[in-house]
Amino acid sequence: MDFMETYLFYILAAVTVIGTILAITEKHPVHAIVYLVTSFFSLATIFFLLAAPLVAMFEVIIYAGAVMVLFMFVIMMLDLGRTDEARRPVLKQWLLPIILGGIILASIGTIATGYAAAPHPSGALTVRDFAETLFRKYGVAVEIISMQLLFAVVGALYLGRKGKP
Amino acid sequence: MIVPLAHVLILAAVLFGLGLVCTLVWRSNVIMLLIGIEVMLNAAMLVFVGGSNHWGMADGQVFALIIMAMTSAEVSLALALVVYLHRRKNTVDVDEFRELKD
Repeated sequence: MDFMETYLFYILAAVTVIGTILAITEKHPVHAIVYLVTSFFSLATIFFLLAAPLVAMFEVIIYAGAVMVLFMFVIMMLDLGRTDEARRPVLKQWLLPIILGGIILASIGTIATGYAAAPHPSGALTVRDFAETLFRKYGVAVEIISMQLLFAVVGALYLGRKGKP
Repeated sequence: MIVPLAHVLILAAVLFGLGLVCTLVWRSNVIMLLIGIEVMLNAAMLVFVGGSNHWGMADGQVFALIIMAMTSAEVSLALALVVYLHRRKNTVDVDEFRELKD
């Protein structure tokens, strides 16, 4: 049973990476967002495999649900989804960013593979642990996040209203 | 732990690199640029959740949740800005927005 989860992790990792590659090379924004939703779903399953069921649920609900729908809403509101106007950046523009990303990837890969992980306690992480950490240890952070969301709503309302801000 | 921490870190590095490439390449469409930022934030969340699983502490999951709340605030503000900029210049090309005055 354990090795099945390991195989599942690698399969889902491949799905995530391929979905993201298809999303960032797609010239049509709506298709890119649908690919990205696929990628986020498999990432949510990876979170579930890594013993974080709540984060997996929130990934599906908030990311794949709310945030991507917000993107889709703006694309449709501004009428950016036209196929004839969509164009991909030329090949010359891809070269340098890919080199930069490759350097970052290679350096992180080198560090990660040469990293001797410290022994870890073998206690299973439950939702109860998560909730206690969230509301006891980081209770102030929850309050600050709620204030931040309120400010974001006020800012979005200010920017989105009619007339000149 | 079903896989070594190094493999989770490598997956996160691949995702982060892809997000970075997307952000650097798509200057012609600010929506795709924001998608690149989303991908990078997801890679950071994957590192937090992987570390939380590896060390058996829930702090990483809490930070993943906080990143998610931060992202929803960021996206709502950024998309309001996109709507505002599109109303001003009728385009989403980032290179068009290079001057402070209109």
